[in-house]
Amino acid sequence: MTKKQKNMLARIIVAAVIFVPLFVAEHMGKLNFQSQLPVSFLLYLIAYIIVGWDIVYKAIRNISHGQVFDENFLMCVATFGAFGVREYEEAVAVMLFYQVGELFQNYAVNRSRQSITELMDICPEYANIEENGELKKVDPDDVEVGDIIVVKPGERIPLDGIVTSGSSFIDTSALTGESVPRQVSEGAEIISGCVNGGGLLQVRVTKEFDDSTVAKILELVENASSKKAKVENFITKFARYYTPIVVVAAVVLAVIPPLILGGGWSDWTLRACSFLVISCPCALVISVPLGFFGGIGAASRVGVLVKGSNYLEALARMETIVFDKTGTLTKGEFTVTGIYPTAVTERELLEMAALAESYSEHPIANAVKKAYSKTLSMEKVTDTEEIPGHGIRTRIDGRLVLAGNAKLMKAEHIVYETNDDIGTVIYMAVDGTYIGSIVIADRVKPEAKEAVAALKASGVRRTVMLTGDKAEVGEAVAGELGIDIVYADLLPADKVAKVEELLGDLSGKEKLAFVGDGINDAPVLSRADIGIAMGNMGSDAAIEAADIVLMDDNPLKIASIIRIARHTLKIVTQNIVFALAVKAIILVLGAVGIANMWGAVFADVGVAVIAILNSMRVMKMK
Amino acid sequence: MKKKFKLIDLDCANCAAKMEDAIKKIDGVEDANVSFMTQKMTIIAEEDQFDRIMQEVVKVCNKVEPDCQIVL
Repeated sequence: MTKKQKNMLARIIVAAVIFVPLFVAEHMGKLNFQSQLPVSFLLYLIAYIIVGWDIVYKAIRNISHGQVFDENFLMCVATFGAFGVREYEEAVAVMLFYQVGELFQNYAVNRSRQSITELMDICPEYANIEENGELKKVDPDDVEVGDIIVVKPGERIPLDGIVTSGSSFIDTSALTGESVPRQVSEGAEIISGCVNGGGLLQVRVTKEFDDSTVAKILELVENASSKKAKVENFITKFARYYTPIVVVAAVVLAVIPPLILGGGWSDWTLRACSFLVISCPCALVISVPLGFFGGIGAASRVGVLVKGSNYLEALARMETIVFDKTGTLTKGEFTVTGIYPTAVTERELLEMAALAESYSEHPIANAVKKAYSKTLSMEKVTDTEEIPGHGIRTRIDGRLVLAGNAKLMKAEHIVYETNDDIGTVIYMAVDGTYIGSIVIADRVKPEAKEAVAALKASGVRRTVMLTGDKAEVGEAVAGELGIDIVYADLLPADKVAKVEELLGDLSGKEKLAFVGDGINDAPVLSRADIGIAMGNMGSDAAIEAADIVLMDDNPLKIASIIRIARHTLKIVTQNIVFALAVKAIILVLGAVGIANMWGAVFADVGVAVIAILNSMRVMKMK
Repeated sequence: MKKKFKLIDLDCANCAAKMEDAIKKIDGVEDANVSFMTQKMTIIAEEDQFDRIMQEVVKVCNKVEPDCQIVL
């Protein structure tokens, strides 16, 4: 509890100590209301002032600022009204009950705000820099690119960088939701916000704090609440009309019935007073953003950044999801998937290919070298010549080696066997004789199939894949994963056109999401209703343009975030319906005189507290 | 030009909405956001007018919710 809250609690207790005995005594008949009027009035007034002076003060101050109809003013009018018709106990009780509710509401909101911000608490406080053999703690902001920082066991990594010495396991769960620690050693890239495990690491900083992963994530999350969901805007608008309308209704209720019925002024005034209490809009206004904030917090805990409540709302209605193939469903890195030797062993074929490609930095060459994995004796290789669009012609130990596509084989008049595998095929020939082929392909992510199935299970109607690859490659991947529609051979500009076409097919409130990671995906990401980017592999441009970022590039998380979005929306809807229904019922009951002012206070603060507690369930969602 | 300010003692969600409305109406403010959840305020406005705008922001916020302090 804050100091302010403790202070309030003390006032409530003191007022209750005066009020309760007085109330009991009066009802037991020990105090005669009529004869002892000044005494009982004074005691009630003291209790009222103790518990409610700040409300009266604020009401007067706010009116002088031109702010009528705020809850302080409404509470004042309602309780003054009760005093006016000599319902002293009612006036004090209502004020007391209201303050208890406000205190509890304040406390609950603070608590939930804290626990949500804790979920996102990834900001490092300091960085260790070695100076003259001593470690010095400095502000991460003051560290420059190229500086060496020391990360001790258990510390949060303050800046993005490359490990220069030491090895350790780092816990990336705050960023990715992934609980298995990642092993890092010399040369590994590490990102800020992760927690170092048991080893001491020296890290060369590669980005300034403002550009570091952690600063960017915090920026995104803090801005998230500025993009409001439609329901959120609806509720604030609703509140703007709701209060004046109920206040007018209260005035009507206080004046018209007694005029018609000829009397009963005090009874109708009391009923009007309960209207004023119910007219406070806070319960509604508070529960909606709290729910969405909780949803964004829950999402960040599973490693998904959501840039605004409106995207959670849209996700809940997502019917079509469009994937860019490379980097989202596939790993985006080439690996050797098949080795087909004819006259030599697999190992020899691979070595030959690795040697032939040894001077090339092409992704395909790198994949071959990686598959061979041993050190290459590059002095054997001479006269390497790269033939654009065909492959490589080189000499290894003086023998003429050809490594390239079918065109190269034809151009050199080599008799070869056509390989129909999906991917890029390198045909190899030595001294004019074909010795076999190697297939290199991008591999599907292990989670991709399950991710597509999970999306379908959660009610996504259409899954689409876009790719710049050949149709056969695209169809093979789509078939393996269970994707409904494939559009292949697309240029980056075609992707935007395809997504627009798909957007045109949507009906009503249905939404479309696009998942991508490349720089050229940025326009598509911003065009789609919901742009989902890969945070790890993804380019900065894609992360910038996206609405939702999957920190660990795991497509399975899309289904989790849909679940969180739906859960959030459900709770927000429950809150709105519950608050409006209770208010409506109490208004009706109050008007006919069944519900008293206590009921009205419940309809205000009681409902707010219940709605807040309900909202907190969102955070527990996984 | 976008600037962020911390808010202290922003106690009511409805007030936050009212403050946001009032700030958006200030001349020269392109966009404004008052977040009850993060207790922060973001204002987008022309750089050369920012000082004048902030003075007005403090004024209107004081009008709506005098208990709430803006950390400048």
